[in-house]
Amino acid sequence: MSKDIFDYFIKGEKKKYEVIIGLEVHAQVSSNSKLFSGSATKFGAEPNSQVSLIDSAFPGMLPVINKECINQAIRTGLGLNAKINNNSMFDRKNYFYADLPQGYQISQYKNPIVGEGKVLLDMPYGSKEIGIERLHLEQDAGKSIHDMDPSSTYVDLNRSGIALMEIVSKPDLRSPEEVNAYIKKLRTIMRYLGTCDGNMQEGSLRADVNVSVRQVGDKKFGTRCEIKNVNSIKFMQMAIEYEAKRQVGLLDEGKKIEQETRLFDTKKNETRSMRSKEDAHDYRYFPDPDLLPLKIEQKLINDLKESLPELPDNKKERFMKDYGLNSYEANVLVSEKEISNYYEEVAKLSDKKLAATWMMGDLFAMLNDKGLNISKSPIPAKNFAELIQSIKSGEISGRIAKEVFELMVESGDNPKKIIESKGMKQQSDPKELERIINEILTKNKDKVDQYKSGKEKLFGFFVGQVMKQSGGKANPQLTNEILKKLLKG
Amino acid sequence: MSEVINKNLSEIIDLIKKKEIKSEELTKLYIDRANKSKKLNSYITTCFEYTTQKAKEFDKKPNFNSLLPGVPLAVKDLFCTNGFKTTAGSKMLENFVPKYESTVTENLWKEGAILLGKLNCDEYAMGSSNETSYFGNVINPVARDTVPGGSSGGSASALAANLTPATIGTDTGGSIRQPASFTGTVGLKPTYGLCSRWGIVAFASSLDQAGPMTKSVKDCSIMLEAMAGFDKKDSTSIYKKKENYSKNLKNNIKGIKIGIPKEYRVEKMPKEIEELWNKGKSILKDLGADIVDISLPHTKYALPTYYIVAPAEASSNLARYDGVKYGYRSSKGSDLIEMYENTRSEGFGDEVKRRILIGTYVLSSGYYDAYYLKAQKVRQLIKKDFDENFAKVDAILTPSTPSSAFKIGEKTNDPISMYLNDIFTVPVNLAGLPAISVPAGLDKKGYPLGLQLIGKTLDEQNILNVAYAFEKNCNFKNEIKSWWL
Repeated sequence: MSKDIFDYFIKGEKKKYEVIIGLEVHAQVSSNSKLFSGSATKFGAEPNSQVSLIDSAFPGMLPVINKECINQAIRTGLGLNAKINNNSMFDRKNYFYADLPQGYQISQYKNPIVGEGKVLLDMPYGSKEIGIERLHLEQDAGKSIHDMDPSSTYVDLNRSGIALMEIVSKPDLRSPEEVNAYIKKLRTIMRYLGTCDGNMQEGSLRADVNVSVRQVGDKKFGTRCEIKNVNSIKFMQMAIEYEAKRQVGLLDEGKKIEQETRLFDTKKNETRSMRSKEDAHDYRYFPDPDLLPLKIEQKLINDLKESLPELPDNKKERFMKDYGLNSYEANVLVSEKEISNYYEEVAKLSDKKLAATWMMGDLFAMLNDKGLNISKSPIPAKNFAELIQSIKSGEISGRIAKEVFELMVESGDNPKKIIESKGMKQQSDPKELERIINEILTKNKDKVDQYKSGKEKLFGFFVGQVMKQSGGKANPQLTNEILKKLLKG
Repeated sequence: MSEVINKNLSEIIDLIKKKEIKSEELTKLYIDRANKSKKLNSYITTCFEYTTQKAKEFDKKPNFNSLLPGVPLAVKDLFCTNGFKTTAGSKMLENFVPKYESTVTENLWKEGAILLGKLNCDEYAMGSSNETSYFGNVINPVARDTVPGGSSGGSASALAANLTPATIGTDTGGSIRQPASFTGTVGLKPTYGLCSRWGIVAFASSLDQAGPMTKSVKDCSIMLEAMAGFDKKDSTSIYKKKENYSKNLKNNIKGIKIGIPKEYRVEKMPKEIEELWNKGKSILKDLGADIVDISLPHTKYALPTYYIVAPAEASSNLARYDGVKYGYRSSKGSDLIEMYENTRSEGFGDEVKRRILIGTYVLSSGYYDAYYLKAQKVRQLIKKDFDENFAKVDAILTPSTPSSAFKIGEKTNDPISMYLNDIFTVPVNLAGLPAISVPAGLDKKGYPLGLQLIGKTLDEQNILNVAYAFEKNCNFKNEIKSWWL
């Protein structure tokens, strides 16, 4: 992450290629019930326990739009600085599959609920804007389970009908790093908004990745391949890397790239052809006659806009302005709503800059080690703020603070209690320090002489002795001052 | 007692309310008659034990304040009925028993009616003669070799043969009005969205509408009142207050303007139909209505438009019948695709397959704009024709069908001529308007013929009133002899 110029290019035999990436992200809408039915949407429920007659497409069943899902899509659109369309439509995308009970997916084809928008990425080489083409609502399909039985396939319809937002980017991404930053930014925005939990392990966030390559300097896009349904950022990056190299390899050999849909094999780390353009489904899209066109009043959009929480870009700006953080620090601290909340709580009660440094250092390292979310941190924000204040006031030294921190993690106690019970308070009484230092200087007369005759490196030795003598509690700044004074005399 | 079943629904309701007949006795009359009328093949499923049981319960604790107190009714087998087979006339759903009740039938039961059984219909309501039913064709009680029309043919036949005091059907392109016309009964297709589609096996979602089929206009108003109403489970349901169609029924139509569209005078239309239409005009004129010549210029495109829109929607609506979840599944095939192919090849009849193919074709990429999109545009023009004329007239009078009931087998090998039967009825579905077919006379064979009154959106009361006045002055008499008994 330290590169300050963009340099992701694939070298062919003679030419240098640029990689063009566009993403279709499928984000599960956070809502208690499905897009067109009242069934629950909880993850991990017993198979087929969250399925209504509508989700399983019984004869005569009709879809009724879930207003909360509409609101969530609008909120997300607003979070992406996008145009909310007052008129949109639901269409049927027709295809047969065992886990698609209706024989069609209700989606939005020509008239999506959200139009063009943009997302800002902070890359090491500067900020970059990624265009959003559109966001539309659609139903998820069920799940076919092929490995439960050697001869049959089982179908779980719990996911069938759950609301998804498909967020289509413009082909503005140029490297796996940018894809990483883009997905994380999308996820941050949606988590701030509460519109998608962004949990990739549970399948709440998946993406189809469109990849093409072109010679550096070319204006025209190359032929793209779509890699379907990739469910982790790491896999997306690996798939892009592989696919770009594959395409460059073909071009080097003078071959053409065929437009096709490919799958990423996570075991072999390669993409494989799934179907060519000729085999592409004809989805026979047409407006769903069971649903009326979706009209959204401007008032609803305005109301939702007013009730939006502060979004990461704005929060970052505020953190820089109010707390004196640099861009990098602010970025890290707004990356998750919970982190930013924790920071603000700490910053209010202690030194803002020191709090940021300690959070991004020791606190994150510890959470990372334990695999914990900040919301599960063994150190509550209030205690953490006390620790920062103890450092700031000189009550304890930075070195001791690390010990206190460890003890806070272990015991859950507040730092005051730990410092007091273990007598870890910093020795900041000048008289006492002078006494200790005089004792050490007396004991080491020879070294004092050496120092005086020019061996100034020995200063560190004296400091070390003071620390040893004081059990590490001597105030380092004060120790330095007194030592210098006494050594001169 | 046996003459009770010759009576109209409203008369029967009076008998029950006056306690002159009990629900159980009445039910028994219909059950006996049904058992003796199997030749007509009107029923697919009966549930007579259940009906008797419910009738007894009604008699024990009668509620005479409801619209249909203790009245036994048979319904088209396209309405899902909780616990009773719902086949849609298809092998695909031969043994399908829903665990839910359609909103429209639920509304009837709430008004005191009791289910007698499920009536035959064309497969998935696709047909105009009830000959596409997997459960065999239905016979029109009018004459033993004629079809009752379709797709609500079982409903029309059962009603005309007095197997049920009233019934309900669905109308996508004329499936209520054409069989009503063929059997000398009254059939009304309400404004699209007036009756909920929830729980009705879907054919073409933007056209399907449930409606009453009865022996009189008054009965029709009672049934409509019971069926109709906003349903939040159907996104296309119209939100409005319930109306008292039966209470507000009146036969004074003085000053009402009736439009006569010249485009309904089609080529090769039998002279009898022309005469019937003229007779209708003069009756209404005598009642004080103003007869106004009007033009609906896009009428000639209605049928081709219908046969693009309806199959397109059907091809998608019927995708769910794939053998995976319920209904028929072929035992042949070694993978998913083969299972699909065999299930759908064996489970659907020819007419259904034909329409799925047409629908799939018109929605295909490369053809969508030329067919489906264009049809949608024409549909708007057809609707506009009506809208413009309804600024000038209150209702429009046309023949219901271009002929009387035809012979069984006469058109089964000629789909186009079969489709032509819907020529006067489909424009109304495309425009989403209400229309009623009222019996108006007999042709020289003695087969009934109907006239159609088309109304403005949600103006059911008005066309019911005109039909009511017409009925009183037309002196139509259905001369059905119970030859099958």
